[in-house]
Amino acid sequence: MLIPILTLMSLGLLFGLGLGWASVRFRQQGDPVIDRIDALLPQTQCGQCGYPGCRPYAEAIASGEADINQCPPGGEAGVRALADLLGREPKPLNPEHGEASLPSVAVIDEAICIGCTLCIQACPVDAIVGAPKQMHTVIAAECTGCDLCLPPCPVDCIEMVPHRPGATDWHWPRPMTAHAGGRP
Amino acid sequence: MKQDLRRLTRAAGTRLHHFHGGLRLRHHKQQSCRLPVARPPLPSRLTVPLQQHAGETVAACVQPGQRVLKGDLIGDGECQRGVNVHAPTSGHVEAVSQHLLGHPSGLAGPCVVIRPDGADQWRARQPLDDWQSLAGSELVQAICQAGIVGLGGAVFPTHRKMHHGQAARIHTLILNGAECEPFISCDEMLMREQPRKILAGARVLQHAIGAERTVIAIEDQMGAVREALEAAIAEPGAAAIDLVCVPAIYPEGGERQLIQVLTGQEVPSGGYPSDIGLLCQNVATAAAVADAILEDRPLLERYVTVTGSGVREPRNVLALVGTPIADLIEFCGGYAPDAARLVIGGPMMGYSLDSDAHPVVKATNCVLVLCHDEIASPQPEMPCIRCGECARVCPAQLLPQQLHWQIRNGLWEDAGASGLRDCIECGCCDFVCPSHIPLAQWFRHGKGELRARRRQQLAADHARERYLTREARLARQQAERAERMAQKKRALRDDAARQRKVAAAIGRAARKRSADSEPEPGP
Repeated sequence: MLIPILTLMSLGLLFGLGLGWASVRFRQQGDPVIDRIDALLPQTQCGQCGYPGCRPYAEAIASGEADINQCPPGGEAGVRALADLLGREPKPLNPEHGEASLPSVAVIDEAICIGCTLCIQACPVDAIVGAPKQMHTVIAAECTGCDLCLPPCPVDCIEMVPHRPGATDWHWPRPMTAHAGGRP
Repeated sequence: MKQDLRRLTRAAGTRLHHFHGGLRLRHHKQQSCRLPVARPPLPSRLTVPLQQHAGETVAACVQPGQRVLKGDLIGDGECQRGVNVHAPTSGHVEAVSQHLLGHPSGLAGPCVVIRPDGADQWRARQPLDDWQSLAGSELVQAICQAGIVGLGGAVFPTHRKMHHGQAARIHTLILNGAECEPFISCDEMLMREQPRKILAGARVLQHAIGAERTVIAIEDQMGAVREALEAAIAEPGAAAIDLVCVPAIYPEGGERQLIQVLTGQEVPSGGYPSDIGLLCQNVATAAAVADAILEDRPLLERYVTVTGSGVREPRNVLALVGTPIADLIEFCGGYAPDAARLVIGGPMMGYSLDSDAHPVVKATNCVLVLCHDEIASPQPEMPCIRCGECARVCPAQLLPQQLHWQIRNGLWEDAGASGLRDCIECGCCDFVCPSHIPLAQWFRHGKGELRARRRQQLAADHARERYLTREARLARQQAERAERMAQKKRALRDDAARQRKVAAAIGRAARKRSADSEPEPGP
């Protein structure tokens, strides 16, 4: 009678110690779901979803606070990817948060710019360079096209220019075909 | 493997391997090989695009109105990102402006327009006669200066390929003269007319990458080429270079297919031939290297096949980069009455253009004009019947029907995992498909889409990093500000204590003074 009890108790102690060690050794840093949601978001950092950036929106989705259809730059494809990841039903974009638009780049009219630095402070990815009372300009390669620099500009010298594909980033279009295709 | 290669090249053709699939096509090459190569007259205007290679557009380094000499640099590629572009003849720069490129997209790109002065005057040239004493990196630098790209069709910058080669250990240089696509004969004519130049280029390339040996691969139906090359190799002073005849099966001239035929080895998916110790260059690229090193002539002109039954006198021409295609066709007798379609490249991998005003670029190997009865009328596309013919002919051993279904349904990751990136767009699957599904077009679209997605992902990752860095900076600044405020407050508080002390001292002194100044009570 005593031997089985002792055996089971020692086994329990052993497993308990093992689990305790593993919980310390293999502790997850941060929430992996947030990272995976964040990886699917377009990183425009535009705040159209109602959160101050893509990561806060990812955190809100993970906590169930926000829905998956609030990201216009991600478009329908982005909603589908999020739905796949989270095992939910895809739904159309919520028009309250704006409509999907073509990627664009901010351009500052340097002749009009007064050098107030307000757009520099508004840019979420530090894509505008300049100094007080000096001309500002946008680093086109870093601009995500989020529109956040437009409202603070006191002289309206910033314009969003749609990105046009050049010969280097052009690729062949979908072939025009009559029948709808499907699983062969 | 090396012994294997040595044995097979010694016994020319008896120990060749096979690649999967492929097609035996009618060559149609004789028609453009009857006349010798000729140089068309200088056109009245040359439109030289600034992006003629796989990569970034380069910046123009000339101004409108400026006089340029033949060989002057007009587009500076800085050797890392782009490829240099040179003035094809002497003349005046008329404009640096956007022009339609002879590109399937129909997009315009920046071009330098030159009005030739007819003198064709060279800039000062300094040939590297002592190339044998130069290090490989110096030769690669010279190749880079000369703006050389792979002339087989992919226009990959040659110096970048050489950098890959120098990083790996290359034992064998393969010169690709297996021009497998029907109608195209520019490499064949080059090998017939300039065999010594190709061998000289091969020696330079072999020296630059430190390869032990060189193999030239040609197709077994190129009899005249074989004679010319054998004669050149047999000349005294020529380097020992092996000549191999490979069977004419399309797409034998593909780099990976040729390597498989010669060595029996496959280049790993996503890798380069340098991963298995090989470097493959087109014969025309080797000739361009010889021009660049031995004569200091940058890449300004190339052999172009003008052929097809829609041209009166099909032949090969030596055309300056920037020559309008219309000029080449006029030089070859003009269009036949029933000419119907203008194709750049061959019938399998080429693309059709709607105008002949586009300029010749470094990539233009063939101008093909087809007649009405040669154009297959577009057959209605039918559903796939799963016959499996496409998989049987695919030289990359892919499953085209599965890829087609995945691309059609937007399953990009699955298509990538099924090897879509390994598709060489040869069009064999297209050719044999009984349901007339434009498979190669689907794969071109799919590959482009995969590239675009990759680019987007990289841009998003970059933006995320910048956003997080900025957030961290703002948080740090806020913390620093809070810390400064706290310090000030502490200082103020300390100040208040000191003031109390001072006030107390002043009070004491005042009391003492007032005690001292009190009048003495009288006696």
